[in-house]
Amino acid sequence: MDLQQISNQEDLFASGHRACHGCGMSLAVRHILKATGKNVIVVTPTGCLETFASPYGYSPWRVPWIHHLFENGPSIATGIVAALRAQKRDGVRVLVIAGDGSTFDIGFGALSGMLERGDDVLYICVDNEAYMNTGGQRSAASPMYSSTTTDPAGRKSLGKTQNKKDLPFIVAAHGVPYVAIASVAYLKDLQKKVKKAMEYHGPRYIQVHTPCPSVWGFPSDRTLEIGRLAVNSALVPLFEMEWGKVTSIQKIKKKIPVTDYLKSQKRFSHLFKKDQGDAELANIQAIANQHIEKFGLLARTKTGS
Amino acid sequence: MNQVKVIEGSEAVALAVRACRPQVISAYPISPQTHIVEWLAKMVADGELDSEFVNVESEFSAASVISGASAAGSRAYTASSSQGLLLMTEVLYASAGMRLPFVITGVNRAISVPISIQIDQQDTISLRDSGVIQFYVESSQEAYDTHIAAFKIAEDPGILLPVMVCMDGWILTHSYERVSMMEQKEVDRFLPPFQPIHFLDVNNPKTWGSHTEADVLMEFKYAVHGAMQNGKERMKEIFSELANMTGRNYGGLIEAYRTEDAEIILVAIGSLAGTIKEAVDELRSNNERVGLVKIRCYRPFPHEDIWDAIKGAKIVLVTEADFSMGSEGAVGMDLKSKLCGRPNSPHVVDFITGLGGREVNKRTIYQIVQKGQEVLASGGYLPEPYWVDLNRNILP
Amino acid sequence: MKISIGAVVIGGTSINYKTGGWRDEKPIIHVELCKACGLCEMVCPDSAVHVVNKVYIIDYDYCKGCGLCAYECPTKAIEMISEEK
Repeated sequence: MDLQQISNQEDLFASGHRACHGCGMSLAVRHILKATGKNVIVVTPTGCLETFASPYGYSPWRVPWIHHLFENGPSIATGIVAALRAQKRDGVRVLVIAGDGSTFDIGFGALSGMLERGDDVLYICVDNEAYMNTGGQRSAASPMYSSTTTDPAGRKSLGKTQNKKDLPFIVAAHGVPYVAIASVAYLKDLQKKVKKAMEYHGPRYIQVHTPCPSVWGFPSDRTLEIGRLAVNSALVPLFEMEWGKVTSIQKIKKKIPVTDYLKSQKRFSHLFKKDQGDAELANIQAIANQHIEKFGLLARTKTGS
Repeated sequence: MNQVKVIEGSEAVALAVRACRPQVISAYPISPQTHIVEWLAKMVADGELDSEFVNVESEFSAASVISGASAAGSRAYTASSSQGLLLMTEVLYASAGMRLPFVITGVNRAISVPISIQIDQQDTISLRDSGVIQFYVESSQEAYDTHIAAFKIAEDPGILLPVMVCMDGWILTHSYERVSMMEQKEVDRFLPPFQPIHFLDVNNPKTWGSHTEADVLMEFKYAVHGAMQNGKERMKEIFSELANMTGRNYGGLIEAYRTEDAEIILVAIGSLAGTIKEAVDELRSNNERVGLVKIRCYRPFPHEDIWDAIKGAKIVLVTEADFSMGSEGAVGMDLKSKLCGRPNSPHVVDFITGLGGREVNKRTIYQIVQKGQEVLASGGYLPEPYWVDLNRNILP
Repeated sequence: MKISIGAVVIGGTSINYKTGGWRDEKPIIHVELCKACGLCEMVCPDSAVHVVNKVYIIDYDYCKGCGLCAYECPTKAIEMISEEK
């Protein structure tokens, strides 16, 4: 699909929303809806997206949209699907577009229930790796050693000690038709994955990496650049799984060390201070290396790997 | 011809719900509600009920599923009790604010800790602030009829709120009574298909759940309260309409039983009202001027109707199986607040009975009446609610 | 204006809030450098780039001045200049 084609698609996410300058999530949502078209009902739990996209009387959603609570996006979606089936409204599909706080933490149980039931919902997690709406608190999606306001780096701490929860594989373990990781830095790929997901029925999950200039701490014009660095460092592997088997991966043409990605964001700046951070940076590089091995991320060149 | 069968209370509820043709039903088990959803599940499995039946992973989701279904324009139903109802609390507040009309059966059961599956009304009473309309029923027959009215009330364009029909666990849900069922075509005539004022529709995209500032939030909350208050007359009309079809009239938002010349009036909700009616009859046969106000609709609180029934009495004895820790019983509080400052209003004394399923029988009622007479004789004021049958010897 | 039932509102009404007032810098497209690739329109989080007959126009009513269009433009045809207040 070429750029001109993308430009001419109907914009179902209108201007005037209150996202920060350069917000990765808002850009992702624009393209998600371009890919789905208008025959969708969208559920968004509480979070940044919900807040900047629904001040009373100023809604950018040109599709039917419902925000109910924080932890029940999946179950609201289940209810809508059941109603559509009962009313025989064929062709109308249901999406959840939710942040990582809702998906990885407070709505995790509801998500698992929806996946287990096999409900026909495309669940898209726009992942900015913390509770951004409330200022950047730690979530299970926050990367290892990132500094968040509730797990900050300080004299006695180097930030979050746990690794990011491997939600895509947890979702896949429920036996669902389609799971993918995408990135707002690769918009054509994101649209392709959404369109592919829409071809399936049953529960589908796409996790979209959406950098946040305001809280991760980088200039607002670098959102896509940061996203590319994340992917090319192998910390964010882009892949698709169908029925539990990895069926496609985006190979990295030019691998970069994780430090290139991490040093460009304030939330990791504590790892680059004098006399600290080396062991932690090595751990993070190890995570990236595991991804490379697990998914075969490095592109083969003519001269070998 | 109406069918009359001796059936379990839970089955009566399931049959009423089936007759109302809900499009979506969600289910999560908890005693003593579970029989209701099991009856419904079997009906669906046997092709006797054309509903989308969704087994969920928690009561939070049970309430959320029917909220989503309702927003999408479907009539929806679920049931719960005790801990499950508390888990639904957040959802019920949200859906009331969102003006989603679904029906829930609140099968009354005590709240942990200590855990007990025996009955009291703390669970549904705890939800009284939420904006959900609450009816309390005395019998399985009343449960059957009230569920049918509940859907019509919820969906009324002037009301548009979730409705909870509350019924005592075990005593009603698991006992067998003669229940007279309406014919399906009669129910269809009384309750046409759900016509939402708006719904999630790709042809008319709207936004549900916006956030608001201080300039409008108070008005939104007032609108919920207003819908309840202004809905009282409409609720009575709907109950009346159903009563004309069935021949069974429960009196509206309250039932005033032998209150016309009563000096002492008991006030109660739920199946206890049945016991009290028998006690009232026996006391009356001994020339005691006693009566009962059975509150059928607890939210909105029908204080105007209650006042009409009690205004001639000397003392009102509220008997309830719930307690707001640190203060008083909720029904007592509601009534006292409405009478406060009203000239010539009767004294009100609050009696706490039957928590955790402790037996409340006619003897208990006579005890309460006697205590009420003592209080009246000594001036009519009791500063603390009276805990009936409390075994103070075993208190630590 | 009266509040709606259940706070339900019509969608698409965000266009009544002009986020252009948020800018510190504004993008200027140098038409002579633009090769009409469409990337700027694609990467704008606020849908503030419009295409009319292959001519790319910034909608300053909504442009927040984030600079993504300028950064991503492959021919550096977009320049961020200071917003005149």
